[in-house]
Amino acid sequence: MTSPDLVPANLSYTSDHEWIAVEPGATASGEVRVGLSAVATEALGEIVFVDLPAVGTELTAGEACGEIESTKSVSELVSPADGTVVSVNEALADNPALVGEDPYGEGWLFTVEVASLGEVLDAAAYRARNEG
Amino acid sequence: MTANDDLVRTPLDAEHERLGATFTDFAGWRMPVRYDSDLAEHHAVRNSAGLFDLSHMGEVEFVGPQAAEALDHALAGKLSAVTVGRAKYSLLCAPDGGVLDDLVVYRLADDRFLVVVNASNAAQDAAELISRAKGFDVDVTDRSAETALIAVQGPRSPDVLRSAEPGVASILEGLRYYASEPATIGGIDVLLARTGYTGEDGFELYVPDEHAPALWNTLLAAGGQHALHPAGLACRDTLRLEAGMALYGHELTAGTNPFAAGLRRVVALDKEFVGRDTLAALAEDEPARVLAGLTGTGRRAGRAGATVLGADDAPVGVVTSGVLSPTLGVPIALAYIDRGLSEVGTELRVDVRGRSQPYTVSSLPFYQRA
Repeated sequence: MTSPDLVPANLSYTSDHEWIAVEPGATASGEVRVGLSAVATEALGEIVFVDLPAVGTELTAGEACGEIESTKSVSELVSPADGTVVSVNEALADNPALVGEDPYGEGWLFTVEVASLGEVLDAAAYRARNEG
Repeated sequence: MTANDDLVRTPLDAEHERLGATFTDFAGWRMPVRYDSDLAEHHAVRNSAGLFDLSHMGEVEFVGPQAAEALDHALAGKLSAVTVGRAKYSLLCAPDGGVLDDLVVYRLADDRFLVVVNASNAAQDAAELISRAKGFDVDVTDRSAETALIAVQGPRSPDVLRSAEPGVASILEGLRYYASEPATIGGIDVLLARTGYTGEDGFELYVPDEHAPALWNTLLAAGGQHALHPAGLACRDTLRLEAGMALYGHELTAGTNPFAAGLRRVVALDKEFVGRDTLAALAEDEPARVLAGLTGTGRRAGRAGATVLGADDAPVGVVTSGVLSPTLGVPIALAYIDRGLSEVGTELRVDVRGRSQPYTVSSLPFYQRA
């Protein structure tokens, strides 16, 4: 029941299921989007609340920076990079389900001005991690 | 994501696969947690109807001239006082008064009862009931492995049943809440009970495993015109919590004093039963903490294990279940709270994963059907 684009190849992933809009192997620069992978959203079920870092928050790669709540559980959101939060997806306040409905599009979480990227995986490695 | 190979499958497993269910391990069973959206399934049960596979529940049959006496001895309630065709919520208590399980007992005849227990405790309950029935003229048989349970819950559930089998219309007219009657639906013999765990009108249909798929599909087809949705365990939990109903392992455990859980009405101290003497002594004292409802604000929900805080942020209780209520749109929780702070309207706080948020003690249930 998994869609073909569950793990797009043009993004990088953390082992905690965040994606960051950085081409694998590329050096991140400027403001990039961060979201939750479809692998995670399918496992979580309906997302009812997202707690995002405020604009201006200094993020540290690998550290918790927010929460994703589904009806059944709460997961920590872990930053994929060091950097500063530039904007957050305001649409999620009214419609957090967007994260699950369109995880790589309308359901993005926040943008970050990347100072340095944390440990990320390319799509193939991320897929392998989920199967292993 | 993980292999479910070691899990027990219900007789409806293939139906769930066909419907695209996501599965979870629940007490060793491979159960549908949701089919599509757990929120949509929750709202379907509140507004139209939901179809649940509850075949993981345990069923233990008591048959014999002393069936009622054996149950009076084994359980906290007075089952001998239940009339034929009615059902009663009861408790299986340990000798020390702790709750081993909560359950529903159907009286099917003068000498025949069906005891329905939680999946997580089913094997242990069956063994305990068999042991407690020794010395009584009764046969106690664990029917869990051969009995399926399908629930139709929601305001339109009577319509679903009538569409599935016009012949049940006359039965439904006389079937009260917490009553059961044998019925035939689409040629399949079932025990049709007006019981449930959702806070809505609804039915639970007990059927032999081999007929479960045909019954499921008959109900699903008949339900199309009544906005019936297959519904998984995720929404079952949010529905029961809105209805203020306890879940074993959360509100009730072997360490729970039934009086603290608000279950005084189901403990019949005027008869002998296992745990009676301890409970009679406990009934003399007011429990230090009691189960209460809490309603919050915003959307971050305190979950099981969260600490309830009073003045000066002193711990005054513990959340046993908590969720963002899909119907009410605010966080709700059941919690054991210091008795002096359990009055409806008392303002407290809950430590929600490191941030303290305001909650108010509220009356139960959180949601009541019109």
